[in-house]
Amino acid sequence: MREFRIFVQKEFFHIFRDRWTTLILLVLPVLMIILFGFGITTEIRNTKFAVYDPSRDDATRGIVNKLETSDYFTLDSYLSSPSQIEQLFKEGRVGFVVVFGEKFYHSLLHTGDAKIQLIADGTDPNTASVLTNYATALINTYQQELLARQQIASGIQRGITAETRLLYNPTLKSAYNIVPGIMGMILMLICALMTSVSIAREKELGTMEVLLVSPMKPFLIILSKLVPYFTISIVNYITILLLSVYILKVPIAGSLVLLTALSLLFIFVSLSLGILISSLVEKQIVALLISGMLLLMPAVFLSGLMFPVETMPDVLQWFSHILPVKWFIIAVRNVMIKGLGITSILKEVALLAGMGVIILVVSIKKFKYRLE
Amino acid sequence: MNPVSKDNFTVTHALSCKNISRSYGKVKALGNISFDVEPGEIFGVIGPDGAGKSTLFRILTTLLLPDSGSASVEGFDVVSDYKKIRKIVGYMPGRFSLYQDLTVEENLRIFATLFNTTIEENYYLIKDIYSQIEPFKKRMAGALSGGMKQKLALSCALIHKPSILFLDEPTTGIDPVSRKELWEMLRKLKSQGITIIVSTPYMDEASLCDRIALIQNGEFLKIDTPKAIVESFGRRLISVKGDNMGLLLKRLREIPGVISCFAFGDSHHVTTERDGNSADSLTADSLRFALEKQGHTNIEITPVEANIEDCFMELIAR
Repeated sequence: MREFRIFVQKEFFHIFRDRWTTLILLVLPVLMIILFGFGITTEIRNTKFAVYDPSRDDATRGIVNKLETSDYFTLDSYLSSPSQIEQLFKEGRVGFVVVFGEKFYHSLLHTGDAKIQLIADGTDPNTASVLTNYATALINTYQQELLARQQIASGIQRGITAETRLLYNPTLKSAYNIVPGIMGMILMLICALMTSVSIAREKELGTMEVLLVSPMKPFLIILSKLVPYFTISIVNYITILLLSVYILKVPIAGSLVLLTALSLLFIFVSLSLGILISSLVEKQIVALLISGMLLLMPAVFLSGLMFPVETMPDVLQWFSHILPVKWFIIAVRNVMIKGLGITSILKEVALLAGMGVIILVVSIKKFKYRLE
Repeated sequence: MNPVSKDNFTVTHALSCKNISRSYGKVKALGNISFDVEPGEIFGVIGPDGAGKSTLFRILTTLLLPDSGSASVEGFDVVSDYKKIRKIVGYMPGRFSLYQDLTVEENLRIFATLFNTTIEENYYLIKDIYSQIEPFKKRMAGALSGGMKQKLALSCALIHKPSILFLDEPTTGIDPVSRKELWEMLRKLKSQGITIIVSTPYMDEASLCDRIALIQNGEFLKIDTPKAIVESFGRRLISVKGDNMGLLLKRLREIPGVISCFAFGDSHHVTTERDGNSADSLTADSLRFALEKQGHTNIEITPVEANIEDCFMELIAR
């Protein structure tokens, strides 16, 4: 036990004597939460728009007024000709342009084919679709209000009104989506990447050679490496939760105990992954590349953190299924954001536990008691 | 590979190695190495870089498996009893393998704890060598000089009082004074009863060992005491100096009766037949005559005693 303790202590020395390692382990998570939580956002607020309106009647003014009075948009300018539209986008002054057809109000009332066009910058498809969705919704609202007034006047009730309501994240705050994702990424980064690199370092610098020629069980050497990273993961888990609740205002809707248990399970899976990687490689840079390319990058792209997995090609979707982080993020969303209980995440928990056990068994089998 | 039971080895050997071979892919690193080391002996494995010294050490310290052959350390088989061997040996790899971001004292403490002992318990063993680096015990190991690093590494390999010590090129890359101190240390350890297997590329360190093995291309050329090896050098050796040493070397090799000639420090060592009766045999005088006839100037010719390096060169020239 004495040798185990001194090895854990040695591992902490390695971490805290290297300024960059300390920074990555303790400051990076905080930075990521703040950057992703505030900086990178899919929320729309005060986006400027321009209008080309050859009709200039009650209806077009009503729609422009509706857009402008919303929280999302502010009117930039009225255009005198459609040829100015492209210039506006090139300057990047506006998020979208509203183009009305001629005799808009007249067409709306009589022929029913009043034309309205929304033009957005497709180079950023996410923002463009969010902008046009919001604008369309506002225009629809205006239309319904207009129809309602006429119906009251004519006394006839007709038409279907679809009212959209977004559950769990009513204000469409992107932090709700970001927090589970960041949590998955950070835990993965610390447990899998840092662990595999630190074991690979012992091999690369030749210290593993000396450690192996000793009575200490190789398994204990590895275990002593896991303790510090496990501890730091817990610290980061707590930091992320505190930041998200108090800074990003994302409440923990479900059980904190369940969320913690889930995170511990994921930490276990990630640590096993770290050992597996380190048992396969001899160099730190290879460990870094494997964890970075095979774990972290897919975690960002395929876990649904940034893009919905459902819209990806089948091959990528299948690949995403074998990523532990994907199941972790789904489960965290269910528990933390939706406030669901254990029954809702049984599948995810079973998958994570299964993955963890398989990875751990394989990595113990693969572990080398000699240099080859 | 046939598992060899412990009984097949004479237990009196501290180390016994039978027909060990090892290849890396198609490259043969060791071929048919056999030797025994007696308890309390300093056994030197001497040969140039890439001769297979480190591979041999790694097989004996259970870090690599031999392709064929068997070896035992203190009676334990290096393959089946590897766990027992790891408890009783001290190993210092050829590359500095301590934690550079830990202090001198922390490194030593870790290795003491690793073997379930304490610095205090075995301090007497390392006192001579560790006391020299102790003033710097709060310094990071990475900031030590080459000689001090080796002293620390030796202290770490010794702190658990191993019965047999494997030192892979302990004197490579360190200054002459530290080299001398390290060898003095090894003599002292020998007097404590510790068996020492040491490798070195420096031929002049051979005489400090009790017995040596000359190794080249993964094969032992000769195993004997340094004295016996030198005495077995069955030829006459002449040291030649003069102007234009480069040309001199070339010309010397062309002279009939010269068996071999190698640059050796600031002179050339010429090997000739010892038996001076045959017609083309060369003595120091006839060599001087031959060279002066060719117009070489400032010739200095001295008969010399062969040393290990001459023997090594002669053995690989065969």
